Amino acid sequence: MSEAHASHLHQFDSPEQQRESASLGMWVFIAQEIMFFGGLFLAYVVYRNLYHDAFAAASHHLDLRFGAFNTAVLIASSLTMALAVHAAQLGHRKVLVSFLIATIFLGSVFLGVKVVEYHDKFVHHLVPGANFQFEGPLEHQAEIFYSLYFAMTGLHALHMVVGVGLLAWLVYAATRGRYTPEYYSPVEMSGLYWHFVDIVWIFLFPFLYLISRH
Amino acid sequence: MSTQVVPKKVYFLIFAILMVLTFLTVQAAFYNLGVLNIVVVITIAVIKATLVVLYFMHVRYSDRLTWVVVAGGFAWLLVLLVLTLSDYFARGWLRS
Repeated sequence: MSEAHASHLHQFDSPEQQRESASLGMWVFIAQEIMFFGGLFLAYVVYRNLYHDAFAAASHHLDLRFGAFNTAVLIASSLTMALAVHAAQLGHRKVLVSFLIATIFLGSVFLGVKVVEYHDKFVHHLVPGANFQFEGPLEHQAEIFYSLYFAMTGLHALHMVVGVGLLAWLVYAATRGRYTPEYYSPVEMSGLYWHFVDIVWIFLFPFLYLISRH
Repeated sequence: MSTQVVPKKVYFLIFAILMVLTFLTVQAAFYNLGVLNIVVVITIAVIKATLVVLYFMHVRYSDRLTWVVVAGGFAWLLVLLVLTLSDYFARGWLRS
């Protein structure tokens, strides 16, 4: 940890270089996250082409209203996160804390809706496994849809939980005045992470809820 | 990362565009456009993701090295998707 009066760590030439290094490292991490989710998206595309009718039928059991609402909630949370970084850059501590808490709130709303949706799938025997039931001859193919649905949204929700944890830590540190206009990298990096998770949902929502809705 | 502070109104504008695009993609899903359904859905999602990356994630204001890493990340994803799918399609394993 740097001293309060030091604007950058000794291995860096300048605060600017320190910030750029942090950003670059975060983007390398996000690049592997893209590949991590990319494999699942690829599996989805392949199986959707193989079992087109089953995927269309299974997709109809997802509630579009929940998906659309959650998309709006996540986009709003990205806005509050961007405004939190903005406040950190200007050194407005109270505004920063407020927007971080707003982002945590919106993230929690998203996860709450997800819990309602998952509960609905449990009740209707749409969770892959011994109790999976789906009307019609395409049961096993529909089960693959729901396997991918739970794998993709589950992994996404796990990222959201981690994100909420990061934000809670930022609130703790921000209230103690750890961030200044010279040093706010943790806020900016958590922001990048949060926006990336938003982007994953921007693709998950249409792929799972919208395609073959008509 | 940049030290440049992006005006708040830019964030609000991007937020508004993202909301409108979400509304459009939901509306478009109720019309049967054939193959175009998927094209519309993916195009809107890519536009939304690009806006988030450029403005919320500040890539538009970032240095060249960050640009290269970001572009590299998505280019690798394209390699994964294009090479695998071209193999599937070429063998006639899909849409048979």
